[in-house]
Amino acid sequence: MITAEEIIKPENLVYTKPKLMNDTHMHYCPGCSHGVVHKLVAEVVEEMGMEEKTIGVSPVGCAVFAYNYIDIDWVEAAHGRAPAVATAVKRLSPDKMVFTYQGDGDLAAIGTAETIHACNRGENIVIIFINNAIYGMTGGQMAPTTLEGMKTSTCPFGRDVKLNGYPLKISNLIAQLDGACYVTRQSVQTSPAIKKAKKALRQAFENSMAGKGTSLVEFVSTCSSGWKMTPVQSNKWMEENMFPFYPLGDLKNE
Amino acid sequence: MSEEIRLMKGNEAIAHAAVRYGVDGYFGYPITPQSEILETLTELRPWETTGMVVLQAESEVAAINMVYGGAGAGKKVMTSSSSPGVSLKQEGISYIAGAELPCLIVNVMRGGPGLGTIQPSQADYFQTTKGGGHGDYRLIALAPSSVQEMVDFVGLGLDLAFKYNNPAIILADGVIGQMMEKVVLPKQQIRRTEEEIRKECPWAITGKTADRKRNVITSLELDPERMEQNNIRFQAKYRTIEENEVRYEELYCEDAEYIAVAFGSSARICLKAVEIAREQGIKLGLLRPITLWPFPTKIIKEYAEKVKGFLSVELNAGQMVEDIRLSVNGRTAVEHYGRMGGIVFSPEEIVEALKEKLIKE
Repeated sequence: MITAEEIIKPENLVYTKPKLMNDTHMHYCPGCSHGVVHKLVAEVVEEMGMEEKTIGVSPVGCAVFAYNYIDIDWVEAAHGRAPAVATAVKRLSPDKMVFTYQGDGDLAAIGTAETIHACNRGENIVIIFINNAIYGMTGGQMAPTTLEGMKTSTCPFGRDVKLNGYPLKISNLIAQLDGACYVTRQSVQTSPAIKKAKKALRQAFENSMAGKGTSLVEFVSTCSSGWKMTPVQSNKWMEENMFPFYPLGDLKNE
Repeated sequence: MSEEIRLMKGNEAIAHAAVRYGVDGYFGYPITPQSEILETLTELRPWETTGMVVLQAESEVAAINMVYGGAGAGKKVMTSSSSPGVSLKQEGISYIAGAELPCLIVNVMRGGPGLGTIQPSQADYFQTTKGGGHGDYRLIALAPSSVQEMVDFVGLGLDLAFKYNNPAIILADGVIGQMMEKVVLPKQQIRRTEEEIRKECPWAITGKTADRKRNVITSLELDPERMEQNNIRFQAKYRTIEENEVRYEELYCEDAEYIAVAFGSSARICLKAVEIAREQGIKLGLLRPITLWPFPTKIIKEYAEKVKGFLSVELNAGQMVEDIRLSVNGRTAVEHYGRMGGIVFSPEEIVEALKEKLIKE
């Protein structure tokens, strides 16, 4: 019989954790998209050989502790201000590869002005946008991207557009701005989706170093805790409800 | 550029000083009465000479967060505004203090509250010296009373900010910002190189190299015991600053029976009031706090044993007077005289107030 020692050999290696991902225990819930997107960021930075030149800007929200997991330099921004923080870091150190990592509340509610204006100036940064249609960290409140009829702790009877307005397709809005060169909507619920998403991330990071302007990669994501579903149910719910309203694909690619 | 003597406005002086002291980045938003700072910088085009970044932000909020990012990268960065704009910056200032980052903020005060007026005022003393934003933090606060000090305090403010990894603020007012005076501009300082920044600011986000752990700029610490330790460390730093960095000017205080305490433009008007009072046989002196925080408590305490009273002269309803009373601690009389909402007092009015409130003859 073949032993474990015989199997674990470099030539048999089919997958490994990116070196930039450290062993800190993640605080994310089972089924959450953050873990996969973190891994993709680490992989892309590593494959580009930009470990020593990448600066991450973490948000306020579930990803506030992103700096605990990826071994690069980080600055943790106030709620919604990450694009302003990233603007200065990139302008003052143009040789650095700078990205923000933001949730829907951070990017599309409290930080709308910073998001729109950083994109409109065409800052050479990457904006990674996790859209799970809910405020995860504070316990499942309504987000600017919460779907019509979707229940959260601050719209317990479902989002009523008469009361709360419409879910905000902010990526579509940003795609209209001359400063944004690449706006795409991705997801990470299946292996093929992850592969596609990684390609998109790589292009966004390359754009930022080529000085092409702002790239925004939206990840339509799950929040099983906030949605009160199992991870499997969450993926299914996302495909059935989120994808029709937030269709995947490039919104702009110049 | 070598040392140069020029005639200019206080606001213009701030802009020239920023370039000459080797500032890496300025981020601002237009607001009266300080818009000349951003205007002068964009006219000077320092990005073509020293490489300094000058950016008009979409808001005061964005501007201060750009300062936060730039400071996190170890750069010499600054912003400027006037009262309502500085209120908007308070969140960012608290984060900068909490992350222990060096930077320079300029507030050219106007009358409030609210949108108030564009005329000069000193009503942001509390906001500047007592917090303004949330949490227990302090700003190193410098109060210029001449255009020359607008220049000098850009250099001094940045030096102190980097010495203590703490934000510094120049608290000027509309008078100092708008008036023209002769100034000596310093010779051009060369901006620090990436290597120098890595050496001088080992905590900065300069890109993680193999020889060090990752640097993280944050004010977040969820563990209350560690958060308390952070606060204890901040407070120890503030005590050191109080010990080492108090600055003030004494004029005619040696034989004084009464002392006027005033900063910024009020101190200039008070100096004339001192002359008028002395012509009338009243021995009035002037103590001008240059640092509003740390406040010149010790010297005021010493004079409290000798003088018959202090008159705090401020363009507000009585803010610094509270710090004078705390310093004096009941040893002698302390009164306040002020005008508000953009009205500036005359030297004669100050002398009358002195007679009425303290001499009472």
